[in-house]
Amino acid sequence: MATVKLSFSPAPVHVRTARLVGVAVARRAGVREDLLDEVRLAIGEACTRAVALHRQYGLADPVLVEMSDGGSYAVRVVDRAPIEAGIGLTALPPDELANESLTDEALTTGVGFALLAGFVEDLQVRPVDEGIGTEVRMVWPVGR
Amino acid sequence: MELSLATRTVGEHTVLEVGGEVDVYTAPRLRERLLELIDGGARHVVVDLGRVDFLDSTGLGVLVGALKRLRSAGGSFALACDKEPLLKIFRITALDQVFPLHPTVDAAISADSAGAGA
Repeated sequence: MATVKLSFSPAPVHVRTARLVGVAVARRAGVREDLLDEVRLAIGEACTRAVALHRQYGLADPVLVEMSDGGSYAVRVVDRAPIEAGIGLTALPPDELANESLTDEALTTGVGFALLAGFVEDLQVRPVDEGIGTEVRMVWPVGR
Repeated sequence: MELSLATRTVGEHTVLEVGGEVDVYTAPRLRERLLELIDGGARHVVVDLGRVDFLDSTGLGVLVGALKRLRSAGGSFALACDKEPLLKIFRITALDQVFPLHPTVDAAISADSAGAGA
C-alpha cells in the first residue's frame, strides 16, 4: 500500500495544490478517468472546509491530507478544530438556499457538504482517534 | 488555470465572462468584481461560465450572493453554462432551482428580457 501525505498551512492558496496532488495520486492508483473530476472537487471541498475551520478558530496548525491506494483509493482530510464545529454539517433544501437571512458562510458550508455527499459514495465525517479535530474520509474504487 | 474576468455590455445587460478556476482562493476576486458592477449601477447581470474549468462551494456562494443582491435591488441575475460537469454541480446542490440557467449568453439575455420586460 503506497501512501502520500501532504500537510499544508491553512491558507486558501494551498487548497489548489492539495487538489492537484490528490488527482495525480488518484490517477496513479487507477481511479477511472471519468471519476477524476469528482475526486478533484471532493478533495477541494474537504480541504476548503478544513481551512475555513482553522481560520474560524484561529488555528495555525497544518491541515493533513493522506492518500492511500490499498485496494481502493482512500483520502483522509484531517482538521484540528473543535469537534462540535466539524460534525455539524447539513445539506440545505433548495428553498433555503436563496433565503435572505442565510449568511454566505452558512450557504457555502451547506453547499460544500451537499457536494461532498453528492459526489462521494463512500464518505465518513468523524472525530479523529487522537486529540481534537475531525477527519473527512472518502473512498473511491480503483479500476484494476 | 488562474481566474480570468472580462466584462461586456449587451443592451441593458452586463455580461461577466469568467474563465479558469473559481475556488476558495480566487472566489474573493469574483465577489469583488460582481460588487463593483452592481455598485456601479448594473442591474441585469449574466455570468458566462463557459470557460470555467473548476467551480467549488465558495464560488457558488459568491454567485448566490450576487443573485440576492440584484433581486433586492429590483434587478436580475442569470447564468450561462452548457458544461455537463458544472451543470451536475448545480443539480447536486439544488442550485439549479435557484439560478436561471441557460446554455448560452444569448439565451439568458432573451429569457431575462422576455421575463422582466427589460
